[in-house]
Amino acid sequence: MFVKQISIFVENKPGRLMSVTKVLKEGNIDIKALSIADTKDFGILRIIVNDTQKALEILKKADCTVTTTDVIAAGVEDKPGGVADMMQALYENQISVEYMYAFAKKIEEKKAFAILRLDNNEKALKVLADNGIKLLSAEDITTL
Amino acid sequence: MAGYWEKKYECAPLHEMKALQSFRLSQTVRRVYENVPHYRKRMDEAGVKPEDITSVKDLYKLPFTYKQDLRDTYPYGLFAVGMDKVVRLHASSGTTGKQIVVGYTENDITVWKDCCARALAAAGCTNEDFMHVSYGYGLFTGGLGMHYGAEHLGMTVIPVSVGNTKRQITIIQDFGSTAICATPSYMLHLAETMEEMGISKDDIKLKVGILGAEPWTEEMRQQIQEKTGIKAYDIYGLSEIIGPGVAFECSEQTGMHINEDHFIPEIIDPDTGEVLPDGVQGELVFTCITKEAFPLIRYRTRDIAMLKREKCSCGRTLVKMMKPAGRSDDMLIIRGVNVFPSQVESVLLQLGNTSPYYQLIVDRVNNTDTLEIQVEISPEMFSDTVKSIETQEKVIKDAVESTLGIAATIKLVEPKTLQRFEGKAVRVIDKRKK
Ligand SMILES: [Zn+2]
Repeated sequence: MFVKQISIFVENKPGRLMSVTKVLKEGNIDIKALSIADTKDFGILRIIVNDTQKALEILKKADCTVTTTDVIAAGVEDKPGGVADMMQALYENQISVEYMYAFAKKIEEKKAFAILRLDNNEKALKVLADNGIKLLSAEDITTL
Repeated sequence: MAGYWEKKYECAPLHEMKALQSFRLSQTVRRVYENVPHYRKRMDEAGVKPEDITSVKDLYKLPFTYKQDLRDTYPYGLFAVGMDKVVRLHASSGTTGKQIVVGYTENDITVWKDCCARALAAAGCTNEDFMHVSYGYGLFTGGLGMHYGAEHLGMTVIPVSVGNTKRQITIIQDFGSTAICATPSYMLHLAETMEEMGISKDDIKLKVGILGAEPWTEEMRQQIQEKTGIKAYDIYGLSEIIGPGVAFECSEQTGMHINEDHFIPEIIDPDTGEVLPDGVQGELVFTCITKEAFPLIRYRTRDIAMLKREKCSCGRTLVKMMKPAGRSDDMLIIRGVNVFPSQVESVLLQLGNTSPYYQLIVDRVNNTDTLEIQVEISPEMFSDTVKSIETQEKVIKDAVESTLGIAATIKLVEPKTLQRFEGKAVRVIDKRKK
């Protein structure tokens, strides 16, 4: 139950983020979740979209440098300690979080969904399931 | 007025100098013909015999030696003595990243010391002075060359080498340095760091700087002199010929006297090879006439210069060369180190997963040369984590630094964004003031 994330290399210069997102807009791509990792010289724009295949095609056509990664979309209880409980479960099973970010939209009552990039996806699936954490599938995201 | 080190040669009448050059040249040509297969082959091909060279007037008959010849005979193919006579090796980098090795006999080191001592004496240094050497020590000829020359003159030498600017300033203050050897850009950096530290030129005893190993402008000289209160002198040299001390500035500061009793200069048309008269700009060519281990014959320096033989107020009769106006190929001098864009290219190609599209951005920030290498990111290099990309950047940075011998910053840019000219990438953007 992995979700495909697209990462795009974005040089730190004015207008660059705008032009990349405009390419997606023109292809009628809906961004479901997004985060930017930035350094002094460049950034990595990470997105979850409704149509990954199409998004990849149009980004490549626009000379963007892209890569795809399997990530997990996990729902946590929308209450104090919700995230902490999930982190503890991963930590106790020696799974490291490379990075995580949240969905833009409220998907379900009393639940917040986060995208997790982990160093051991297979193991994480089991650990999260054992802890009763709800995961979203690629189809779930397409139909959001 | 600043003193002479070897007045007999420095102020020799022209006819005496020519006679000495002729004698030394004919001896050298005979020696390399006998001992160096490369020269014998070239001379045979050109139909020149050692006995055809009896005077400096015959110099034009000899074939040129090119940097490529040094690479082709790497490492010791052009040495004219057995290795038992060689007491020192130095090296300089070449276009392909392959080094060029030069050697010295004990007598060559003495010649070199004398050449550097002449430069220091002309700048007003005496055995009472403290010489702070900020050139790099090692295979680069700058540090050890000036070090030996200064000791030869009897100066108190402080072998500081490069780096740690604040510590250098503390040494200048505490040890009472009165003279300094550095690249002009580093000298300006020292001056500005002093300002930041709140140290004025009255707090130090420096009075003279012998600055070289990179091109600099009259404007830089004025800045250095104003900020530090020193008198700044230019010095010229290249490892292939001997290192620093091939030519030096006197109190007039209008061109550099060439130690022509050791190195005969010629100016030629770089395209035709034709010898040009004094006062005309062209490519500088040197013939070593006293070197034992590594005597280059008509070596094409690829430096552009002009010779002037006129009465100098310092009393020296040594011919003067006017500052090189540029190189005849794409070499860059960054912080005193020769850098060829093709070296960067070969590093990128060797690493494999990087794009071969790059651009060198050379600038001068706080009066120190900076080198930024922009590389177009390749799909193979790209990853969703910053850590992974930065690791690869580090690999490029380390590989480039170990090849070039100087630090560089690596900047990844998007594909197809580096400036191209008629399909070919623009390799170098030099923002330093010419
Ligand atoms: Zn003079």
